Amino acid sequence: MAHTLKVNGATHSVDIDDDTPLLWALRDNLGLTGTKFGCGVAQCGACTVYVDGKPMRSCVTPVSTLEGREVTTIEAISGREADAVQKAWTAGDVPQCGYCQSGQVMSAVALLKEIKKPTDRDIDLAMNGNICRCATYARIRSAIHDAARTLEG
Amino acid sequence: MMIRKLALAASAALALGLGGTALTLAQTAAPPTPASALRGPSSFAGIADRQARSVALFSEIGKVLTHPRCVNCHPATERPRQTDAMTLHQPLVVRGKDGHGAPGMECTTCHGKQNVDYGRVPGDPHWALAPASMAWEGKSLKDICEQVKDTSRNGGKDMAALIKHVTTDSLVLWGWKPGPGREPAPGTPAQFGALMQAWADTGAACPAS
Repeated sequence: MAHTLKVNGATHSVDIDDDTPLLWALRDNLGLTGTKFGCGVAQCGACTVYVDGKPMRSCVTPVSTLEGREVTTIEAISGREADAVQKAWTAGDVPQCGYCQSGQVMSAVALLKEIKKPTDRDIDLAMNGNICRCATYARIRSAIHDAARTLEG
Repeated sequence: MMIRKLALAASAALALGLGGTALTLAQTAAPPTPASALRGPSSFAGIADRQARSVALFSEIGKVLTHPRCVNCHPATERPRQTDAMTLHQPLVVRGKDGHGAPGMECTTCHGKQNVDYGRVPGDPHWALAPASMAWEGKSLKDICEQVKDTSRNGGKDMAALIKHVTTDSLVLWGWKPGPGREPAPGTPAQFGALMQAWADTGAACPAS
């Protein structure tokens, strides 16, 4: 069945089953491979995208639920928070293997949009759904604090 | 897509096999256990004392209210539970300011408007935790009963509004269609609604313990 998906500001028509996970549409139909498959059951966070500006696990989001909604992927996040996170991630050498990092960045930017100066607990609560097999958690937390300082100006 | 369909077919075949075993057992076992069924209001008509009948009706209602489908999201702490075993929700999530989770990790990060069976993630448009004032986890039926009736704790609902809530709210009704891998709440929504109405009609008395 044809579905209209608004992704990163562009409208796409994709002919896929109603229950196809958004993640598959992004990667297989639209070629947006920055969003990763990790677990397929919303337990790891590697597939995090924004739907109408809020983080969602694309592996458990059927395309049939996205009519009229706006999807943003790691390829297109922008703004002050995204810039600050990118700078802090680079300065802190946060990624190791990097596989989970697009999901980590999406969650970190979402947190900073809501809480300008998050505490360790705020960070833990926002980020604990994003698993990192290289255990870069300490660097992620540190980089989010760094990004928050940058945003403070 | 094909790989997923094959996986789903394999799961379905396994479930069918298990289902067949369960069916065989069911045919030789006793009728449904009280835990999975509800008695209708007429079952209590023989209790002459109105207050005792009301208490008995609420005890039947309590089978639903204390079921994992209900208690998991009426937690006593800031953390919801999940599964029939009522384990702490994984990943760690919290109530947050309004019952919808913490900033950056709200319920809607994973829970959509509908169950997603292939991901085993339940969903509903109203997915959220009950307010802390309506925590049922670990409480006696007496305490839950008093809580449910108390308009200062139940969101200002009088008995009519309460019955409307439990018979029409999509998240309440989700308890009877929770998707594979989760036991539905006992009985049916219609039976539950009839019990609530009968309880209200008999004075909405609460158990002594």
